[in-house]
Amino acid sequence: MRSADLISFARDAAAGHPLRTVLLVLAMAIGVAAVVVLTALGDGARRYVLNEFSSIGSNLVIVLPGRSQTGGFNPGNAVTSTPRDLTIDDAQALLRASSVYRAAPLAVGTSEISYGGKLREVTVVGTTAEFVEVRRLSLAHGRFLVTGDWRRGASEAVIGARIQDEMFGRQNALGQLVRVGDRRFRIVGVLAASGQGLGMNTDELVILPVPLAQAMFNSNTLFRILVEASSREAIDSAKAQVSEIIRLRHEGELDVTVITQDAVLATFDRLLGTMTLAVAGIAAISLAVAGILVMNVMLVSVTQRTAEIGLLKALGASAATIRNAFLAEAAMLSIAGALVGLLLGHAGAAIIRQLYPAYPAFPPAWAVIAGLATALTTGVLFGVQPARRAARLDPVQALARR
Amino acid sequence: MTSGLIELAGIERVFRLGDSEVHALRRLDLQIASGEYVSVMGPSGSGKSTLLNLLGLLDRPDAGTYRLAGRDVTTLSADEQARLRSERIGFVFQSFHLVPRLTAAENIALPMVLAGIAPSRRAERIASALRDYGLENRADHRPDQLSGGQRQRVAIARATIMQPAVILADEPTGNLDRATGEEVVRLLETLNERGVTLIVVTHDAGLGARAQRQLLMEDGLLQHDRRRGSETPGPCVAPT
Repeated sequence: MRSADLISFARDAAAGHPLRTVLLVLAMAIGVAAVVVLTALGDGARRYVLNEFSSIGSNLVIVLPGRSQTGGFNPGNAVTSTPRDLTIDDAQALLRASSVYRAAPLAVGTSEISYGGKLREVTVVGTTAEFVEVRRLSLAHGRFLVTGDWRRGASEAVIGARIQDEMFGRQNALGQLVRVGDRRFRIVGVLAASGQGLGMNTDELVILPVPLAQAMFNSNTLFRILVEASSREAIDSAKAQVSEIIRLRHEGELDVTVITQDAVLATFDRLLGTMTLAVAGIAAISLAVAGILVMNVMLVSVTQRTAEIGLLKALGASAATIRNAFLAEAAMLSIAGALVGLLLGHAGAAIIRQLYPAYPAFPPAWAVIAGLATALTTGVLFGVQPARRAARLDPVQALARR
Repeated sequence: MTSGLIELAGIERVFRLGDSEVHALRRLDLQIASGEYVSVMGPSGSGKSTLLNLLGLLDRPDAGTYRLAGRDVTTLSADEQARLRSERIGFVFQSFHLVPRLTAAENIALPMVLAGIAPSRRAERIASALRDYGLENRADHRPDQLSGGQRQRVAIARATIMQPAVILADEPTGNLDRATGEEVVRLLETLNERGVTLIVVTHDAGLGARAQRQLLMEDGLLQHDRRRGSETPGPCVAPT
């Protein structure tokens, strides 16, 4: 039998039972669509997190006080086990490292801001002028904190876009005096709205010079030091240099944790990549179910078409021809289902993107290919057994069936 | 007798039904020459359908040899038998056995499609078959849109499209009224007149009597082998 004839024969056989064909294609389509949509969600989450992380700056090395793991015996450990504070002097010392381009100390606490009888709880960040560069923030109005001595600061504040909206409404906040905690500050800048951010939402921040913030919280310690390496290649050496400087300043004890943005990104990437895979695996189960359905339907089809198979044999069809005809039908139904599923899945992902524009729900190429391949293989694999059964039918008995 | 188209020697076919064995054919010897018109009659269970299935290579004997055109076909593989069916044997069934989703023309084309004949060559032969059997304006009708007589004409057209040497007809008029049955038998007889060997299995004594050679089967044995005009004792009757 010529392949063109085989294909049209299988097509006619499938078209001969429209309901059966439609249901089967639908089952396969749902399986493929599930893979496409779920991997789009999983991969979208991965991209979303990566984007958010990248947006906090580039070539970042982050210094946290305290150490989550010990590195063997250290003389410093014998004296004290409580970590030393991370201070502004530490931050300033980091600037001496050759691979460090910029550094910004960060002291964080909560306080209240009041203006014109309105009171609001806010997160207060004490930092320096470098913060705006390191974090790649942009300003809507005014300017950021002035550069200068880190140990001294003017009573100036920069507020987030949401604070501006809630405290001042349409009124211009620039130049206004507000009370934060028990001090008065003049607002010199308003940050541009950045939308929902990861960890810290810059829209709801009040940024003060670091010494004033520390005084307000009555503490000398820093929450973080954000360090920007001089280049992407310098990140590793910056990390080593930063660790070394802190260790020397802390009497030989490395009591801080130094992480690089790349490491965090890689961790999240791995984590969310695994999650996407897991989700794809779950979706693939529905493909296996669809495959079993293919088998079931093809078996029923063989039973229904027993007389026809007997006839084909009487007319000179070899066992291979009959097997191929049924396999072609199973493959065709699977391909049709996979294509419909692909369309449905992409439509679903598009709807998700429409509903949540911030969420990049694009199905990854590997998942689409794997979904299609799985659909086709399960369809054909589960089609083999019914096809063999059809090929093995005894023509005399098959013909006797009506 | 010249070497026949069909030569059966010592053919046995036994079916096992539970514990009991049913001898559908018992040591059957039969020769049919090319171009003969043979009817096979007998009561139900006499083995005539089994004989037809064996002749059509749909079934294998448990013992004995079957030579088709001088070639021993009992030992052929299933695929070789399928090829012989395709090239040499045409079937006509009582219940027509048309594929319901295919049009008349597609049903007629089916043996050629299975044999892998190119579409261009098929079209020509289908057109002439439709013309020969008066089905030109029924070509695009599906079987459920055809009358019984038209369906059987489609089935005969299908059986002859590969120009087989033998046509095996199993109760070809069983599902037809007398007039259409007559018409169909005349078609088959015309084919026989053109040299095709025609073997008809039937219950209908009237139909059976039209054949030049009439076989009567009973209990898996040939009881009579009668030629029109003169009754000759069956040369192939094998007493047990």
